[in-house]
Amino acid sequence: MIQSNASNSEGTVVRAENMRKTYGKTTAVDDVSFEIRRGEIFGMVGPNGAGKTTTIECCEGLRRLDGGTLRVLGLDPQADVVALRKRTGVQLQSAALPPRIKVWEALDLFASFYPSGSDWKTLMERLGLVEKRNAYVSNLSGGQKQRLFIALSLLNDPELVFLDELTTGLDPQARRAMWDLVRDIRDKGKTVFLTTHFMEEAERLCDRVAILDHGRIIALDTPPNLIRSLNAENRVAFITEESFPADSLKAVPGVTRVETAADRVVVYGRGDALVGGVVAALGAKGIPFRDLRTEQATLDDVFLTLTGRELRD
Amino acid sequence: MRAFGKLTFTQIKLYLREPIALFFTLAYAPLMLVLFASIYGNEPLEMFGGRGTVDVSVPAYIGLIIISVGLMSIPIATASSRESGVLRRFRVTPLSPAIYLASDVAVYFLMTLLGVVLLVLVGTFGYHMRFDGNWLSVLAGFSLSALAIFTFGYLIASLAPTARIAQTVGMVIAFPMMFLSGATIPLAILPEGVRAVSKFLPITHVVTLMQGLWKGNAWSSLGSEVIVLVCVLVVGLVLAARTFRWE
Repeated sequence: MIQSNASNSEGTVVRAENMRKTYGKTTAVDDVSFEIRRGEIFGMVGPNGAGKTTTIECCEGLRRLDGGTLRVLGLDPQADVVALRKRTGVQLQSAALPPRIKVWEALDLFASFYPSGSDWKTLMERLGLVEKRNAYVSNLSGGQKQRLFIALSLLNDPELVFLDELTTGLDPQARRAMWDLVRDIRDKGKTVFLTTHFMEEAERLCDRVAILDHGRIIALDTPPNLIRSLNAENRVAFITEESFPADSLKAVPGVTRVETAADRVVVYGRGDALVGGVVAALGAKGIPFRDLRTEQATLDDVFLTLTGRELRD
Repeated sequence: MRAFGKLTFTQIKLYLREPIALFFTLAYAPLMLVLFASIYGNEPLEMFGGRGTVDVSVPAYIGLIIISVGLMSIPIATASSRESGVLRRFRVTPLSPAIYLASDVAVYFLMTLLGVVLLVLVGTFGYHMRFDGNWLSVLAGFSLSALAIFTFGYLIASLAPTARIAQTVGMVIAFPMMFLSGATIPLAILPEGVRAVSKFLPITHVVTLMQGLWKGNAWSSLGSEVIVLVCVLVVGLVLAARTFRWE
């Protein structure tokens, strides 16, 4: 029995089956099942209030389930919480450090809570906090604060890292820097479970994404597969000064329709060969064009199609 | 043990960076002593059984320091750590909650003790304070007093929904205690009615106990104070432990 648990946990880091969590009459998480595989970045996306934080906090052992089963690294997050703490790293959505603690003091202090005696100085370098080592936490920028919280979550060299709303409130530059950090964590062999309400972030960063709405998982796959499953039209748009019979492009395989407005032409169609086909057809006819752009469906479109509404920020 | 030491050391550093808490813990009581000693001096007075103002004020002001830390610093700091998510951040580490709380209490205890030491030094070297007791007895009485009052600080933090309310409740309880207990104004000069009320304030028993130990009175003569404070400690501890919350 123990043997089979161990072999299960080789590939599966989190296994949730029919998870349910209610607060009074509100069902925050309703019959949620998913698996997170070792070494992947697994993302949970959805609007605020969809149940993302409740789900991740159940996995962190901060909240007790009302139904279903949950195993994290083969452990029961409630009963084996001490073992869980030693092997996981947590970045919480709403947590803080004392405002008057210095960066190095926070790292030094939290490192002392782990038996391994971690090398916080290397971590401080890796996360670009050396220059800020003597700064008070209250004087850090949003991005610096998040980097410090990530550093705290990595102090015990965890197998699994939870990142809850990592980039909320960060400017685009800091957000991109954060994505590189998360990829770096995965590339060091760790598993990442993150939540976000930015679809673009999930699409660019995650290996697999679960879309949550009203406490239920409504889709779960890799971002390309989710987008492909929409079977949405792609668009190829370009500008040409030459007037030409737009309908002639309809012969290109995959094209469904063509729209022209003044010098702008938009070709709608499906399939991976669409762009190549359009460009080849223009070349064959000797039609000059510029500003060619392709627009594909995004995870945003997937979300909109599945829920029929805009993301509420 | 490493975690306890590091946490306690770090929290002491953080305490020293909080100017307001620091003022009330370390400077307020010595400043009061300087003020009243400069008015009344330390000549023996019949009202104080042949002791001077400084001789009775120093043990009384120990109560003042305990009130500042126990009923103001502890509720405010604990409730705001909870509110801002500092406690949550500690909770997702393997640090045991018992060690966290033990360290927290140790920090407040040590800071209070430091305040008392400063007060005694000012009294001794500034005004030739008379002391006929035993310092170990004083330390024991002080420890009982401080811990008993501290439990109510944690209780206020747990019962108050927000840090702001914890601060208000702490102040509303602390200020009457400062002035009606003999901690600031000697009980001997308070009217009969106030003295009757003061018996119900735990801090009055702290002041009486400390003044008794200062004079070198035997523990047996301070039995009722000790009993009251032990009861306060036990009840406070049970209530504080039951109500404490991390979120």
